[in-house]
Amino acid sequence: MRAFWKAFRRNRLALVGGVVVALLAALAILAPAIAPWDANRPDVKKILDAPSQIHPLGTDLLGRDVLSRMLYGARVSLAVGFVSVGIASLIGTMLGAAAGYNGGVVDGAIMRLVDLMLVFPRFFLLLAVLAFLRPSIWTIMAVIGLTGWMGVARLVRAEFLALKEREFVLWSQAVGASGFRVIWRHILPNAMAPVLVAMTLGIPAAILTESGLSFLGLGVQPPHASWGNILNEGKDAIEIGWWLSVYPGLAILVTVLSYNLLGEGIRDALDPRLRQSVGRIAARR
Amino acid sequence: MFRYALRRLLLAFPLLIGITFVSFVVIHLAPGRPGEVVTGELSAESQKELWQMLEKEYGLDKPLHVQYWTWLGRLARLDFGRSFSPDARPVLQKIGERLPITLLLNIIEMLIIIAFAVPIGVLSATRQYSLFDKVTTVFVFVGFATPDFWLALLLMILFGVQLGWLPISGLRSLNWEYLSFWRQQWDFAGHLLLPIVVATFGGLAGFSRYMRQSMLEVIRQDYVQSARAKGLPERVVIGKHALRNAMLPIVTVLGLSLPGLIGGSVIVESIFAIPGMGQLMVQAVFERDYPVIMGNLVIVSTLTLGANLLADLTYSLVDPRIRVGARRGRR
Repeated sequence: MRAFWKAFRRNRLALVGGVVVALLAALAILAPAIAPWDANRPDVKKILDAPSQIHPLGTDLLGRDVLSRMLYGARVSLAVGFVSVGIASLIGTMLGAAAGYNGGVVDGAIMRLVDLMLVFPRFFLLLAVLAFLRPSIWTIMAVIGLTGWMGVARLVRAEFLALKEREFVLWSQAVGASGFRVIWRHILPNAMAPVLVAMTLGIPAAILTESGLSFLGLGVQPPHASWGNILNEGKDAIEIGWWLSVYPGLAILVTVLSYNLLGEGIRDALDPRLRQSVGRIAARR
Repeated sequence: MFRYALRRLLLAFPLLIGITFVSFVVIHLAPGRPGEVVTGELSAESQKELWQMLEKEYGLDKPLHVQYWTWLGRLARLDFGRSFSPDARPVLQKIGERLPITLLLNIIEMLIIIAFAVPIGVLSATRQYSLFDKVTTVFVFVGFATPDFWLALLLMILFGVQLGWLPISGLRSLNWEYLSFWRQQWDFAGHLLLPIVVATFGGLAGFSRYMRQSMLEVIRQDYVQSARAKGLPERVVIGKHALRNAMLPIVTVLGLSLPGLIGGSVIVESIFAIPGMGQLMVQAVFERDYPVIMGNLVIVSTLTLGANLLADLTYSLVDPRIRVGARRGRR
């Protein structure tokens, strides 16, 4: 842990990323306290006001304060990022562990399932599933999680394949530990490093996906604010309200960039050898 | 080579079945009561009607395995049913109209990505830590983090609204029919420019990175050293010996990133109002046009599977080691 911290601290970009991530989380949590205006209160006298002292980032088509809406949008982005990546990691870890530990038929079946899921262009699959469901923040989280576990499954499987031949695992099997115990107590803790990195890099990917869906009008539904659906309004007001398009997108860019820098920093500090495998898998959105 | 190709083809077949199975499962996400299929936008009456159409189309009242079997039989005959929208045209026809433009866009994107990413990657690898390398690294990180729809909006505001240089929607101007042939081509190219820039941006960042990484690994190899040692000019060492080997993994990555590229068409086509498959998909989702949605999903994923297969075969063609490895039973 100390070696990790020492290596991590040397990476200035990763530190900056980490600070921005923490700052964003604080802003999201404190949104109700620091938002200057009520994010959902329309005002017909202030429709599409340009940024000013009173409304630092302007107002939208209904006269709502964009800064306040963006603060609430930060909550949506972070929540979707964490929960959907949590779901994906859970599924991916379980299936990857089952495949790597058991090998044989189980492994074959699970890996073919992974191959199959990877054949679907993700946005088409997401849209097809969403067409049958009521769009809400919960369905978005579930759907992004359920279509994004394949990378983690592959990583965990690879770790398990390597670890299960190691002596400490063979010894615990020899003294009669159950399969579950061997996995849970001995292999899994040693296999978590790449999962952690994949999670950090998965959050920004999920945030991008959510904002894309909300931008199309199939994600978080108005009146709830999300960076993606503010941008959707920005498209409608493209000739007048540039601030509706510029700021939320900038927020997405900064957030995703910070998470990526942080994730890569953690990866390099944990184990430079991971660079290849995790980077390739996580970068594929 | 032939045996390898046959093997890959046989392995692709179960995936094809899998695609139909997953798509079939998606239909059944629709909860069992008519009122719950759609959100509140439609009246109870039309919801009921929609449900009955769905029931008839897929025989939802029959047992599951029977449903799946009949659906599979229709797919085998390329019968995707008729659209639920008022025109009620066959789904295959609707998709067929829109497939060429999506394919065209994706192929152009792919060519542009390769044409730029390879030299960028090679240059930043051979000049590691130079100014050029640092600038491209920044570009890569920003490229990864830029939402494509945001980039599209910004470019539309700048070139479409502020400067008025480029059209921001559709494929043709209103006066298309009155233009001369070359004017028409010029007009078409102008309409495609922004969508292509937007669609290639993210991919370009990713591929330059892979290319750099791959090149960095290759130039440390012994055969590159020995090429230098026998006195070949650096241009040949890098351009021939190193580049050829560094390109190998790129073929695989290209195949793997296809679904992402094609999926990107959804957003780009919706923003720029390009009548391709992505736009069709979004429209179908809003209109709850289930046959079109299912047809789209099956066709797009089958195409992706085919393209993956093609990438695999290309890879084995350029790298004989793969073929030999496969024969030994390694996948």
